[in-house]
Amino acid sequence: MASAPPATPRTNRIGLSVLDYRGLKTTLCAGCGHNAISERIVEAMFEMGVRPERVAKFSGIGCSSKSPAYFLSRSHSFNALHGRMPSVATGALLANRTLIGLGVSGDGDTASIGIGQFVHLMRRNLPIIYIIEDNGVYGLTKGQFSATADLGSTLKTGIVNELLPIDTCALAIQLGATFVGRSFSGDKKQLHAMLQAAIAHRGTVMLDIISPCVTFNDHEGSTKSYAYVKEHDEPLQELSFVPSFEDISVEYAPGTTVDVALHDGSRLRLRKLEEGYDPREKVVAVRRLMEAHAQSEVLTGVLYVDTSAESFVDRLHLPDRPLATLPQEAVRPPRAVLDEVMEALR
Amino acid sequence: MAELAVAVRDPSALPGGDPVLNDMTIQVATVNGSGSQSANTVLLRTIFQMGVPVSGKNLFPSNIAGLPTWYSVRASKDGYLARKKEVDLLVAMNAETAREDVAQVRPGGAVVYDAPLGLAQLRGDLAFYPVPFDKLVGSITGDAKLKKLLRNMAYVGVLARLLELEMAEVERAIHKQFGKKAKALELNLAAAHAGFEGAAALQKRDPYLIRRMDATRGKVIVDGNSAAALGALFAGVTLVTWYPITPSSSLVETLIGYLRKYRIGPDGKATFAVVQAEDELAAIGMVIGAGWAGARAMTATAGPGISLMAEFAGLGYFAEVPAVVFDVQRVGPSTGLPTRTSQGDVLSTAFLSHGDTQHILLFPATVEECFSMAVEAFDLAEGFQTPVFVLSDLDLGMNNWMSDPFSYPEQPIRRGKVLSKEDLDRLGEFARYKDVDGDGVTYRTLPGTDHPAAAYFTRGTGHDEHARYSERAEDWEGNLERLARKMDGARSAVPAPIAAGKGARLGVLAYGTSHHAIVEARDELRRERGIETDYLRVRAFPFAREVHAFFESHERVYVVEQNRDGQLAALLKLDLAPELAARVRSIAHITGLPLDARSVTEELAMMEGR
Ligand SMILES: Cc1ncc(C[n+]2csc(CCOP(=O)(O)OP(=O)(O)O)c2C)c(N)n1
Ligand code: SF4
Ligand SMILES: [Mg+2]
Repeated sequence: MASAPPATPRTNRIGLSVLDYRGLKTTLCAGCGHNAISERIVEAMFEMGVRPERVAKFSGIGCSSKSPAYFLSRSHSFNALHGRMPSVATGALLANRTLIGLGVSGDGDTASIGIGQFVHLMRRNLPIIYIIEDNGVYGLTKGQFSATADLGSTLKTGIVNELLPIDTCALAIQLGATFVGRSFSGDKKQLHAMLQAAIAHRGTVMLDIISPCVTFNDHEGSTKSYAYVKEHDEPLQELSFVPSFEDISVEYAPGTTVDVALHDGSRLRLRKLEEGYDPREKVVAVRRLMEAHAQSEVLTGVLYVDTSAESFVDRLHLPDRPLATLPQEAVRPPRAVLDEVMEALR
Repeated sequence: MAELAVAVRDPSALPGGDPVLNDMTIQVATVNGSGSQSANTVLLRTIFQMGVPVSGKNLFPSNIAGLPTWYSVRASKDGYLARKKEVDLLVAMNAETAREDVAQVRPGGAVVYDAPLGLAQLRGDLAFYPVPFDKLVGSITGDAKLKKLLRNMAYVGVLARLLELEMAEVERAIHKQFGKKAKALELNLAAAHAGFEGAAALQKRDPYLIRRMDATRGKVIVDGNSAAALGALFAGVTLVTWYPITPSSSLVETLIGYLRKYRIGPDGKATFAVVQAEDELAAIGMVIGAGWAGARAMTATAGPGISLMAEFAGLGYFAEVPAVVFDVQRVGPSTGLPTRTSQGDVLSTAFLSHGDTQHILLFPATVEECFSMAVEAFDLAEGFQTPVFVLSDLDLGMNNWMSDPFSYPEQPIRRGKVLSKEDLDRLGEFARYKDVDGDGVTYRTLPGTDHPAAAYFTRGTGHDEHARYSERAEDWEGNLERLARKMDGARSAVPAPIAAGKGARLGVLAYGTSHHAIVEARDELRRERGIETDYLRVRAFPFAREVHAFFESHERVYVVEQNRDGQLAALLKLDLAPELAARVRSIAHITGLPLDARSVTEELAMMEGR
């Protein structure tokens, strides 16, 4: 059986305690789904033994985008512009390819104002973990519908959403992200394993995490409320994550499990809860997502994973050393080059 | 006006008149997409190779093929490089515009035209030279498409005959143009010779001649976008992002060529990344992200792109992130005249974004400065931790200019105030926005710095010295005042203005490509109107102290620029004390054509009542 997160040891494999992964005290509403996600990020980073200084956090604007202040204080963070986090993250991660990029966005930040940058980020397969803390509304501007609000979902004021939602997971899969999952801020176990796998994956990880807004979208009639999501949650698999530094081999009955070898040598075990679902097949994934919409299911789990695709930094043939800190000798051609160019212009 | 008033000569009397040597404007009128660019470059290079100072300007439509286009070549023994309004010699190849083109030629000038156009009757005060171009190139090729191209090289041959250009130099220029493309080389050489031979029968009836001089030795010919690209290459740029837009595209395209050639190691690893972004918002966003992470990052754009970059420009200023943006200005507002030149982005870029934002602007006037200012822009951006905008323009960026070769940057690359792990060990503490040195420029750390105290939270929201969120009035005010102090410090770090003149009462102040018209206009003013002027060429914003001093020492200062509202004049008025601001006189025009001296001379003289 997939195990619950192990009891937190006092220090992790690089000798840090969980406190070293904490951030400032949250200023978000008590009970906001975003807070739970911050906690899961702290746990996952701690357990994976990631050095916080190696992480760069990115966000746009929104309640969700504030949350990087509430975890990993020892990591640099860039709280950018509304909808423009993907470009900032792209630039920074190209400047320093050795960083572990972690982006946090909201459904408004991603699916409305930021949809252009989002789709192009997905296309590039830049190594980054991109999290959408999805509550179906603009929390920070006090509860207007976002573009992920489901058809028929209502606001507190009774206004009904009459447009189809954008499924960010389906988009991400179609556009080239190489690890796509949907989870729920209230599902500790699933989210924990998914985040660990995300850290181990090299390429664009896109996680749409339903994260209820207790203040503006947790009422009866909302399809992004705690109650609704709990009731309609349709997990595709039971996830367990085996880090590279742990050697656990468990035998599974053939056909019941998809075992994904991740880039750093760790393994993601997906025990199938649904017959025939293989997260390595794009078309299946997108079709299943469409079906879920038709059936009002909140389909969660690892929807798609491809560990073989070339990442953006590979395609650009970047050196191992960060571009940012290359010495002058590496980036300023010698005098003879200028002479050669000038000669050709004579 | 004495010198410029050209007597209307009886065409029959022309051969007896004095020849006009190395001083003329040749205008070639063709159709866009007809392949005249190579021929025009060969013409320009031939004159250049004969040692005669020359400049070329391409006046082209926003169109891929079919609309009229003009190329003007100015040979000037005095070294004037500005556009000249008057056309001395017209090459009329475009039926659609031929009549209008002929009307532009100054009395006593000449017209080479495609014989079937039958233009000779249009005016009695010009020398007309009909040339049967189709027939001339017909013997070289039967291919209709090639013929159309070769007609262009044929007019170079015709001009060689009429102007007495040395055919050996024409051949050398053709070799340079077509390099290793053997077939094209052979055809074009043949076409030039066909033109030269075909023109043997023409009886020379105009005074214009090119004679060998020695004023271009050692010089290069290059466009400003290539020069800026070279500057970026030698500045050690590591991230380049862009979204194609005229007239900036060729800057990045040329840079990509240079980067691939000179910045890929033997291991196949590139010491750079180029990203064609989804739009200008993403292009600047990537630059800001990369600058934050420590890369030397740049993008290049034009007006519409600059508008889109506004929000990020403010973030860069406020969060204090280095970035270099080349704005190759074209005519706005809106899509405007996308293939015409202007200095119309100066005011909006100086304050690009909302709130109390201010940026460093650099104003290159020459291709040499496109190169050197590109290098400086990166040092300034990292030194002041702020976006730097290099405001070039279409005339500078896309036209070919004669120049001294560029000098290799002697200064080592300056990366600004960045703390390493060792620095942090030594200091024991770090506050991102604390003004330790009193110059407003604070220390930063780069992500990935392996020290528990290295991290900080970069934000566009109000913050204290530790980059912590703050809405406290003192924090806000203190931070904004420090930013103002930082910008004030930039006054003495940006390229200083360049002064010319010897203590006249009147001042002329200009920047960027307006410079070339000013050089000539000052001579005209002195010669024709007896008006002496001093000249200050401003090279950056915020303004250096010398700019204030220039106003202090002149009764009136004419600020000349290529926009409607006098944008730099407005910036100056904001910066100067009221009594000095009252000395600003604005001469601002925008036609889409590069500024010419005559317009400046006349307007200034009129404003002076002379
Ligand atoms: C350019 C711009 N337009 C509008 C806003 C106002 N604004 C701030 S947050 C936000 C929506 C945030 O929604 P979401 O991303 O879903 O985050 P949440 O607060 O729900 O977590 C908006 C519209 C802004 N900051 N910038
Ligand atoms: S308003 Fe909603 S999204 Fe924002 S902090 Fe409160 S609960 Fe969270
Ligand atoms: Mg939201």
